[in-house]
Amino acid sequence: MLIPRRTALLGLAASWTLGRSSLAFASAPGGPDDPRFVVILLRGALDGLSAVTPYGDADLKTYRRDLVLPEPGQAGGLLDLGGFYGLHPSLRTLHGLYGDGQMLPVHAVAGHYHSRSHFEAQDYMESGADNRLSSGWLNRAVSILQGKTDRPDGYGLAMGLTVPLLLRGPARVGSYAPAGSQHPDTDLYNQILALNASDPLTGPALRRGLQARDFTDATMTRMTASLPPDKTHKPDAFTQLSIAAGNMLATPHGPRVAALEIGGWDTHTTQIKRLENPLAQLDRGMAALRQSLGNTWKRTVVLAMTEFGRTVRMNGTGGTDHGTATVAILTGGTVAGGKVGGTWPGLRPGQLFENRDLAPTTDLRALAAGVLCDHLRLPAPAIATVFPGARTDPAKGLVTSG
Amino acid sequence: MQFVSAVNRFGWGQRDDPPSGISLHDWFARQLTEPDAAAFGHLGSSADGLIALREQRKTKQQGDPLVKPIFQAEVAAQLDNLLVTAQPFRERLCWFWFNHFTVSLRQGSTRPVIGAYMREAIRPHVDGVFSDMLVAVMRHPAMLMYLDNTGSIGPASPTGRKSHHGLNENLARECLELHTLSPAAGYTQADVTSFAAILTGWGLDMKAEQPGFTFREKAHEPGAKKLMGRTFPEGEEGGMQALRFLGTHRATYHHIATQMVGHFITDTPTPQDVSHVASVLQASGGNLRLASLALTDLHDPARASGKFRSPMDYTTAVMRALSSGGAPSLPDDPHSPAHQLAAGFASLGQPLWTAPLPNGWGDRAAEWCTPADMLARTDWAWKRAAHATTMDPMDVARIALGPALRPQTEHAIHNAGSRQDALTLLFSSPEFQRR
Repeated sequence: MLIPRRTALLGLAASWTLGRSSLAFASAPGGPDDPRFVVILLRGALDGLSAVTPYGDADLKTYRRDLVLPEPGQAGGLLDLGGFYGLHPSLRTLHGLYGDGQMLPVHAVAGHYHSRSHFEAQDYMESGADNRLSSGWLNRAVSILQGKTDRPDGYGLAMGLTVPLLLRGPARVGSYAPAGSQHPDTDLYNQILALNASDPLTGPALRRGLQARDFTDATMTRMTASLPPDKTHKPDAFTQLSIAAGNMLATPHGPRVAALEIGGWDTHTTQIKRLENPLAQLDRGMAALRQSLGNTWKRTVVLAMTEFGRTVRMNGTGGTDHGTATVAILTGGTVAGGKVGGTWPGLRPGQLFENRDLAPTTDLRALAAGVLCDHLRLPAPAIATVFPGARTDPAKGLVTSG
Repeated sequence: MQFVSAVNRFGWGQRDDPPSGISLHDWFARQLTEPDAAAFGHLGSSADGLIALREQRKTKQQGDPLVKPIFQAEVAAQLDNLLVTAQPFRERLCWFWFNHFTVSLRQGSTRPVIGAYMREAIRPHVDGVFSDMLVAVMRHPAMLMYLDNTGSIGPASPTGRKSHHGLNENLARECLELHTLSPAAGYTQADVTSFAAILTGWGLDMKAEQPGFTFREKAHEPGAKKLMGRTFPEGEEGGMQALRFLGTHRATYHHIATQMVGHFITDTPTPQDVSHVASVLQASGGNLRLASLALTDLHDPARASGKFRSPMDYTTAVMRALSSGGAPSLPDDPHSPAHQLAAGFASLGQPLWTAPLPNGWGDRAAEWCTPADMLARTDWAWKRAAHATTMDPMDVARIALGPALRPQTEHAIHNAGSRQDALTLLFSSPEFQRR
């Protein structure tokens, strides 16, 4: 967890408020019209029933009366998603995108694993395999997509401070950090490179770090220039990372795939209050990403996913405990949105998973595979490499054709 | 000369010439048989922290005016000790166990008690018995607040029936998964729920003259409960028995032995190494002094490349090598050594007592050696080195690394154009990134 460094560099205040988000990139070759893909890891288990609330299900309130917001149209109420579901009122930007047909929530999504441990489940979600691997599915996808061409500015321009398991693996992926204003001169760096040249860990890391710095220095200058002039509200860390991600992805020779993380979802207590902030941060980040991508938004898909959902029943402390199915959110210029996807499993006692959780009806891997095939144009046979183990059938119709 | 490599691996980076006139084995053993030399007498208890929190809340004071000085004094005293300790093995064990039983500033208003947690629940037990540490942790206000147990209520208890409030599984789950058995033991969701019920009522009395742990009978779920096939009685005693059961379980010993070997010896513990430590825990009823000494048996200076330093390891080792610290840090002086060290942790991505999740900070190389990490270390070391105005970089290098110092690095230091450059080269060498 490396964000706090960015705190200092971007001039933000308390470090801990930033520690919950981070960003990493993978680069792939091609032209400016390449499809772009952003994955947002919501670490800590988002309560899908609060983000996208099935207010039309009469059983919902019997489990969690105090956690359900007023229906659409009422003060502080949900934002309507077509009569059965409502979006959390903190997600205004996403609701606007839904209205534009560019946001597709999918309900009752779960991973292929059955673990209620954050750590285990996140590892499975990111590695995308039936057993825990040391590489992630997005990295394996990138290693296939990038083909044989090398980029003139090198794969080392990848950015991001910490590389999540999702992006670790054979394809070269870097991490991004804005360079500090003061650092050693080139000559000293060269001596340091020489000292580390034969070391398998520090040698390549320093080499790539310096290459990336040349690239990010230039891009960061543009990014800072594009920040809104309003200094009274300094953007939060996730928003800043989203702006940076958008700028990097929009660059003709920049990366094509990025992963961001945002935490704060593990709402065991006072969930109503505690969910507002992370949801609002997520929403502001999406607005910033869209803006900084500019025209490239038209070629972008964003997938926001979490390791599992939370119990349907409210627990004893106004929160919810670790559960199973939840919501996943797709958004972007090519998303076939404006509706809620997935199959609603129902909330009758017999319909709950293990009598406590929302039952899964859509496999998270199928969603990801659908985007990889139809948007990034990953060849269908490669799906078995990206998601080894039990066969994954890519979900259809997630993106508009073209 | 095995001393430097052992002192670096099991401690916090060599500060002075290695100890003389004593065997390595005795040097380790003495640190765990002699009392903890850290002097924290001027710091208050967790009750004092909770009183400050209570007053702040009562009078609705903004900006943490009562808690902040308590926290700053903890940072100053505990990091000062880290910089100068002559018991570096004991000190690393303290921070290892703190991380095993992570409490973080990220949630639960733990700021007024997190420093006291280290001193009250962790430090006294690093040379004691594991299950005693477990009990001290689980009853400490910091843990009860961090993992939400203060509000967990038995649904069939008087409070539960009146308020319609119920269980919060957080502490129970993380205790089974992270602190004791680990998922390898094969416990089920029913065990988690049941253990949460066992722990209902374990909370805080904030109104008492000395606020702290209390067992709230009225919130406790009535009846006996089953955990891992065993039955535990109703009441506070049920929780104590369950913790003794978990704290002495074979799976727990295996799990903590794995964690210890992983932290001190290698990123990839072998079954033989783990069972060497686990068997000592099993035979001794969880004696951590004996287990820690068994760990030192596994030290082999020839073992490939040692452990990669985390940001906390790295910054501490740099500042110890530069002989920073000595005079007590002023709690509110950001330029004092302790606060400079804390700023170093934060700028390299591992802010003090702020682990993202209850599993604590990772200690594997892959987590800390990304390109951005390495550049940030170099840049930070360069800035620190600017403050070293009197030391001979070659002396610093020989003391810090001993025989691990490579001729290539020695040559680069020798030919550097300035003291700052020479020290930056030392601290950016691959051998300094390891312990």
